[in-house]
Amino acid sequence: MTAEEKKQLTIAACKVRMGVIEGTHGAKAGHPGGSLSAADLFTYLYWKELNIDPKNPKWEDRDRFVLSKGHTAPGLYAALANRGFFPVEDLPTLRHIDSYLQGHPNMNTVPGVDMSTGSLGQGISCACGMALAAKKMGKAARVYTLLGDGEIQEGQVWEACMFAAHYKLDNLVVIVDNNGLQIDGAVADVMSPYPIPEKLEAFGFEAARIDGHDFEAMEAAFAQARQTKGKPFAIVMKTTKGKGVSYMENQAGWHGKAPNDAEYEIAMNELKAQLTEAEGM
Amino acid sequence: MADVKKIATRDSYGNALKELGALHDDVIVFDADLAAATKTGVFKKAYPDRHFDCGIAEGNMMAVAAGAAAMGLVPFASSFAMFAAGRAFEQVRNSIGYPHLNVKIGATHGGISVGEDGASHQCCEDYALMRSIPGMVVMSPADDVEARAMVFAAYEHEGPVYMRFGRSAVPVFHDPETFRFTIGKGEVLRQGTDVAIIANGLMVAEAVEAGKRLEAEGISAMVINMATVKPLDEELVIEAAKTCGKVITCEEHNILGGLGEAVCGVLAEKLPTPVKRIGVNDEFGHSGPAGALLKAFGLSAEHIVEAAKSF
Repeated sequence: MTAEEKKQLTIAACKVRMGVIEGTHGAKAGHPGGSLSAADLFTYLYWKELNIDPKNPKWEDRDRFVLSKGHTAPGLYAALANRGFFPVEDLPTLRHIDSYLQGHPNMNTVPGVDMSTGSLGQGISCACGMALAAKKMGKAARVYTLLGDGEIQEGQVWEACMFAAHYKLDNLVVIVDNNGLQIDGAVADVMSPYPIPEKLEAFGFEAARIDGHDFEAMEAAFAQARQTKGKPFAIVMKTTKGKGVSYMENQAGWHGKAPNDAEYEIAMNELKAQLTEAEGM
Repeated sequence: MADVKKIATRDSYGNALKELGALHDDVIVFDADLAAATKTGVFKKAYPDRHFDCGIAEGNMMAVAAGAAAMGLVPFASSFAMFAAGRAFEQVRNSIGYPHLNVKIGATHGGISVGEDGASHQCCEDYALMRSIPGMVVMSPADDVEARAMVFAAYEHEGPVYMRFGRSAVPVFHDPETFRFTIGKGEVLRQGTDVAIIANGLMVAEAVEAGKRLEAEGISAMVINMATVKPLDEELVIEAAKTCGKVITCEEHNILGGLGEAVCGVLAEKLPTPVKRIGVNDEFGHSGPAGALLKAFGLSAEHIVEAAKSF
C-alpha cells in the first residue's frame, strides 16, 4: 500500500466517522459505538476491496456486502454516502419517519445495501446463500459479511459457518468486529465467545487475526482471502468500540446511544482535527 | 372411494419440483435433512447439483435461501411445516418476508395427519404464523393435481410463498387436463344454497363428501376449495355467504389464526354471517393413525354434516 493510498483511506475513514456522528445525532438514536469500531473496515471495503459501481448499485456482477451486525447501519450508510451511492446530506435523516435510511439496513430503500439485516445472526446465512448462488451462476462476485463479536453468540452463526465450510465457499469472507463490548457489558463477561479465530478454524475456515484499524493489515488479510481456495475465509479484527471519539472509546454505554448537541460538537471537533491531520499526511 | 387414486401432496411437491427443474435452470432446492420425507429427494436425484442439504438447521436454511434469491435464483426451501414455519419463523419473517425475496417455502407434514410422530411434529399453527407476515402468499392444495399446479404457480409468482403439503395420501379429484390454478382464487366444487362449506387441504375431500350426505338429507351445500389462505378470495367468500347465509370453514389447523379466522375477518367487516369453524380446537394433537386422529379431532365429513345441521 502506498503512502498516498493510506492517506486517502485515512481521510475517507474520518469522513465515515463524521457521517456516523451526523447520522446518530440527527436520529437522536442509533448505534455509534460499533459503527465507529468498524469504520475503518467499511472504508477499506468500499474504497478498495469491493468490486462495485456507485452509479449502478444493482449491477448484477458486483461484489456483495452483508452487514450482519445490522445495527451499525450508521457506519454502512456513512460509507455508502461518502462513496457516492446517495447524498451525504441525507445522513442526518437517519431513522426519521420520512427517511429511506431505516434504523437497520433495508435493501429495498437504500442504494448500495445488498441485504436487509438487523436481526442478529441472519446476515451471515444470507451471505452464504449469495456466495453459493454466485458459484452456481458462474459469477466471479465475492461476498463479504461483517459480524459483531456479541452477534456470534447467536447459534445460527455457527450453522452458517458449517454451511460455508461444507460447501467450500471460498468466495466468502466472514469478518468479525472484536470490539469486546456488547449492550450488557464486556462480551467476555456476558457470554464469552472466545477464542474466536480458533472456533472459526475448527469450523473449517482459514482465519486471519488483524488490528481492525490498520489498513495495511487489512490489505494483507484480504489478499490472503482471495488466494485461499476450497474453504471460506475469516478475518477476526481487534478493534476499539467508539474508535475516533475520545469519550465513546471502550464504553459499552455508547453501543446504542446518540450524542446530544454538546457531545456532537466535541465529537465533530475531534474528528475534524483527525481529518486535518490525515490531510497533512 | 376405494377405487379413487390417492396420492400424498408431498409426493406431488417432489414430482412437480423435478418437472419445474427441467424447465428452469434458476430453480434450486434446499432441504434440512428431510429430503426423503419432504420428497425434495425426487428433485435431488434428477438435479443433484441444484439440491443443497443444509443439515438440521432450518433457520440457517431459510436465510441462505434468502441470499440465493437476492442473487436472482428461485429457491424452494423445504422442511416439515413445524420447522419451516415454526422453528424458522423469525428468519422467514426478517430475511425473506421483510425484504420480500423470491423464496418458495415447501412445507410438508402439515396438520395432525402427520400421525404417529405426535404433537411435537403436528403443526397446526403455520397458517397463522405465515399469514401474519406482510406480502406472504399462504396456500395448501387439496389433491395431487392442485399441488403440482400450485408449485408451478408459485414459481411464476414474484415474491415469497408458503405452501403446506400433507403426509397422508388424499384422493385425486381434479382433472389434470382441464384444471387451472390461480393464486388467490377459490374453486366452487359444488353449488348450493343453504350452507357454504369453505375448506382446504385434506378437508376438501371431506367437505365434498359432507355435501353429498347433506343433499340426501335435503340440505343444499355449496362446497368451496379455498387453497389460498392469503390473499383470500374475499369476493367468493362474500358471494357464498350472500347465497347461503351460513358458512362452515374446515381446515387441518388450529381454529385460531387460520382459514376460519380469515373468512370470519372478511365476513365480520363486509357481510356479517353466522360461521362455524371446524379445525383443531386450540389443543395439541397426539400420536395415532392419521385417519383415527382426524376423526378424534372432529375433522371429518360426519362432523361437517353435524355442524351444518346445528345452525
